[in-house]
Amino acid sequence: MVKSPKPPKSEPAGEIDAATGVETTGHEWDGLKELNNPAPRWWLIVWLMTIIFAVGYWVVYPAWPTLDGHSKGVAGWTQYNKLQQDQAQITRRQGVYLQRFHVASFTQVKDDPALYEFARAGGAVVFKENCAACHGAGGEGRRGYPNLNDDDWLYGGSIDDIHTTIQVGIRSVDPDTHSTLMPAFGAILQPQEIDDLADFTGQLPQGVPAAPSAAWSRGQALFATNCVSCHGAAGEGNQTLGAPRLNDAIWLYGGDKKALVETITRARAGVMPSWKHRLSADDQRMVSIYVHGLGGGE
Amino acid sequence: MLESHKKLERNSILLLIFAVVAVSIGGIVEIVPLFRMETTIEPVKGVRPLTPLELAGQDIYLREGCNTCHSQQIRPLRDEVQRYGHYSLAAESMYDHPFQWGSKRTGPDLARVGGKYSNTWHIEHLTDPRQVVPESIMPRYGFLARTEVRTWDMADRMKALAAVGVPYSRDHIANAVIDLQIQTMPDEDPTELQKRYGPKVSPQLYGGSAGTPTEMDALVAYLQQLGTQVDFTTYNPDYELKKKAETVR
Repeated sequence: MVKSPKPPKSEPAGEIDAATGVETTGHEWDGLKELNNPAPRWWLIVWLMTIIFAVGYWVVYPAWPTLDGHSKGVAGWTQYNKLQQDQAQITRRQGVYLQRFHVASFTQVKDDPALYEFARAGGAVVFKENCAACHGAGGEGRRGYPNLNDDDWLYGGSIDDIHTTIQVGIRSVDPDTHSTLMPAFGAILQPQEIDDLADFTGQLPQGVPAAPSAAWSRGQALFATNCVSCHGAAGEGNQTLGAPRLNDAIWLYGGDKKALVETITRARAGVMPSWKHRLSADDQRMVSIYVHGLGGGE
Repeated sequence: MLESHKKLERNSILLLIFAVVAVSIGGIVEIVPLFRMETTIEPVKGVRPLTPLELAGQDIYLREGCNTCHSQQIRPLRDEVQRYGHYSLAAESMYDHPFQWGSKRTGPDLARVGGKYSNTWHIEHLTDPRQVVPESIMPRYGFLARTEVRTWDMADRMKALAAVGVPYSRDHIANAVIDLQIQTMPDEDPTELQKRYGPKVSPQLYGGSAGTPTEMDALVAYLQQLGTQVDFTTYNPDYELKKKAETVR
């Protein structure tokens, strides 16, 4: 490596460019020379200011790691305090409504139109993020996930019932969860009997046929022995047990023969999570009011 | 000042030494805290290593590149906490190798997806996302339900993780395959499994048949525990103050 001779301090490193009168760096590429302009003054000042700002920042905010954590800064700023302040700001903005909602019973909320609208709006947001994935964006449900707009409720359709179901879930990990199970009749009845039972159950919504077939009559007898204790004598269901009403035309897993045979043979056990520890108490109440107001609330 | 800087720029050895010094400061600031990990990980109860079935699920999660679209880190920001729940703690990913924090969300964050949906929903959703979320652009993963979980190297995978600090004991590793099978057998006695991995682990039929879990079952088991380990009813955000109070006592 050839060391370039050090120029004396006072003398320019390169020559003076004739056109601009500016000193060059002394480097040359095919006759092109680089002007040795200093950095603009404004740029230099801004640069120095950022350095001074950084020092001030270290003093005020958490910045440097230390052996037992990090420097805390004189302002005491933490992202967790910031979060609390932001949340407090929202709570303040919801202010008087939230305070009133917090202490009001469901009946009081229903009787106060402004408060009811407040709860429904809050509930709609909670529903969209947490419930819509299964029950659909409009609560219309799907196969295996109940429609929340109709009058058919598995565990009751009053606000209190809905609130309880949201809290404890269905066959969830919560100790108080709705936990009843339908037995799988594939291990109890013969295939022919299940077939008859499916015939009978599928026709329950139509009532007693004018000329009952032999299969229907056999199914009726089987229904009386095996099903009435939960689903009721006329298939009216039992909300305490979560046994669906069978004499309406609403089927959670399908009302055609094939689906019914499968349901009777293998039973169904849908799962809804418990929301007790996932949503705040206010959110649970708001979404209960929202679901109740979808159309089917009792 | 600029005159003496010229000296630095014209002497390559001197420049090299000063460059190394400058870069080292940045490096030390980033590395030193890692040697003092106990000052950054919150002292919380409940965080446990993954069960063999969940670990297999995590491997599938990584293999299929779920982390490309899903992060696992809820930042302490108002809107994130509102949507996903309590912000993530460092302690919650201390046994993840590699961690899954991520900074890009094409899909939602999954740090607390555990327990949010039922197993059935997860299987339906992984099989055909559009069936449950019409606007979803997630690919289908139904093929996972047709492959059994690879078990022959389960113990080796746990040994590798134990080598980098995950507290898998000899007992854990020796029972890897049994534990993996038991977790999908609801009729078996779960005492041993729960002794090793805590009482929250409950054997259940995820979708496949008992004892021979599919990759789908493993992935669902992994997803269902995400963010559920820490008991937040006892979590104290001022843990540093608490720690000091304890040392004083």
